[in-house]
Amino acid sequence: MSDKKQVMVFIEQSEKKIGAVSLELICEAGRLAKKLSAEVVGVALGYGIGEELAALGHYGCKTVYYVEDERLSHFTSNPYAKSVVSIIRKQQPEIVLFGATTTGRDMAPRIASALKCGLTADCTELQIGEYKSKGELFENAFLQMRPAFGGNIMATIVSPESFPSMATVRPGVMQLDTPDASRTAEVLVEESDLSDEDFLTEVIEVVRREKTVNLSVAQIIVAAGAGAADPETLALVRKLAVTIGAELAASRPLVDAGLLSHDHQVGQTGTTVRPNLYIACGISGQIQHRAGMVESQRIIAINSDPDAPIFRIAHYGIVGDLNAVIPKMIAAYKEKA
Amino acid sequence: MGLKMIVMVKQVPDTHNITGEAMKADGTVNRARLPAIINPEDLNALEEAIRIKERIGGHITAITMGPQKAVQVLKECLYRGADDVILISDRKFAGADTLATAYTLKFAVDKIGSFDLILCGRQAIDGDTAQVGPQVAEKLGINQITSLLEVVEIDEEEITAKHAITDGYELVKSKMPLLLTVTSEANEPRSPSAKLVMAYKNIDQEVNGDSYEEAYMQADDSSLIDRITEWNADSIGVDSTICGLQGSPTKVKKIENVVLAVNDIQQIPATEAGITDLMHELMDDHII
Repeated sequence: MSDKKQVMVFIEQSEKKIGAVSLELICEAGRLAKKLSAEVVGVALGYGIGEELAALGHYGCKTVYYVEDERLSHFTSNPYAKSVVSIIRKQQPEIVLFGATTTGRDMAPRIASALKCGLTADCTELQIGEYKSKGELFENAFLQMRPAFGGNIMATIVSPESFPSMATVRPGVMQLDTPDASRTAEVLVEESDLSDEDFLTEVIEVVRREKTVNLSVAQIIVAAGAGAADPETLALVRKLAVTIGAELAASRPLVDAGLLSHDHQVGQTGTTVRPNLYIACGISGQIQHRAGMVESQRIIAINSDPDAPIFRIAHYGIVGDLNAVIPKMIAAYKEKA
Repeated sequence: MGLKMIVMVKQVPDTHNITGEAMKADGTVNRARLPAIINPEDLNALEEAIRIKERIGGHITAITMGPQKAVQVLKECLYRGADDVILISDRKFAGADTLATAYTLKFAVDKIGSFDLILCGRQAIDGDTAQVGPQVAEKLGINQITSLLEVVEIDEEEITAKHAITDGYELVKSKMPLLLTVTSEANEPRSPSAKLVMAYKNIDQEVNGDSYEEAYMQADDSSLIDRITEWNADSIGVDSTICGLQGSPTKVKKIENVVLAVNDIQQIPATEAGITDLMHELMDDHII
């Protein structure tokens, strides 16, 4: 166990490439660690990734506990959970963060169950602050904010008597700091305590799909909603996107209807986006959708229903029929371009 | 023979179809007004269990932990083809977080006895945590396959399945016993069977001597259960220090309703002039 308090991040890797969410979490862990006078450490599992792990220092990670075992090259539930449990037992960090990816959401609950500790899923904001309960004051409680009830409420969760407190965090939510290449992390190789019987899942094949669109980095997004579900209107929305050089996105009804692939979906069960400009075409603005786009710099909403909730978060509102409005937008753009 | 399967289901407020009925004047949701439904992906889990039973045979027990009214979701399971259902209900379970829930379910599963496969939805639409499934698997010391997309091969010994990963899917193989969390992509859940709805019409009521008609109606299918089993903390032997609020390491510090802040919105007339001005302004600002 380290003599200094630790905020630990599970370092996700796939084919020796560190997951972007792990870098975001190291930066967030740095902000939390500052308030706790703690240091940021990582726990990583895999084989032949020592160099990649040292580079985590660029983002502020001080030490990485690295279980190097060829059998851990690829993620499976039980051996990963078990290995992280033994590192946590040894290091006793105050806080452990996981990306809310399929991997993080698979293993973190198993780890929390084994350690009998608190785990909060899909946090969107983390803080250190006060928590009072039954006359007892916890000065440096780990406050974990997350949406619940389909995004209709924001809950602040604490687990003050739990060691450690753990949380999963959605990719793309926490801010990435500018890397400082002069810093490197100390990589400590840990003994693997796994036997072959721990490997309960055999991975036969991994099929990765190229994303057809990467909305998380798009600067301009044109999004279609239920109001654009007929082929002519959707074609028009697509034409607007092509004309102004935007990526095409959609709200859930369009994706559920099979009109666009899930890569295009913005919202709670899709991608979180923060473009300079978001044009919502025929999107009513259910909370699940708004959760994924409310931080856009500028929002233009076009909807025939003047009471649609999307108008409450839009900067520019156009009440009208998409089939009348969009051609005017295209014409105005072409006139000046 | 076939597989002994346990399907874990949950009653949830329908957060995905919020109508004006459930909206309060201040723009927040009145959670008490939301209709209670069976969690959508739990229906996918049940459907998958039924398909496995149709494929290789087996027995399906559906269980839920919840208040008395949660018996409704167990009936939904019976109407679709569960062989047996158990309500796990006790005041002591109130306020349980995912860890305390997993403990309680583990004790219920232990009481059921042997099993090959446990199925549940990937996540519930009230909390969206996706934690209870893997936590039950850990408590039982069994393997898990999360986010199931497709059962490719299955027999009494092992399963080969596709499950979702962030950027695609994996084909994996595991021996039983095993816990599966099932996604909505795995299948299209069937509707309740009219025949089963009729057969279980009076399941609530104890079948006793003076209801001749009920006994008559059930006479031609003796395999149907005639009452819903209910267990409490004592009957499953779960200690109150590890279930309910007391057994929950996480506490809710604060709940805030999400209120839509009305932006200082600029209304653009849907006219050629209005739209042209807007587009040209965006171009002048180098936004587009």
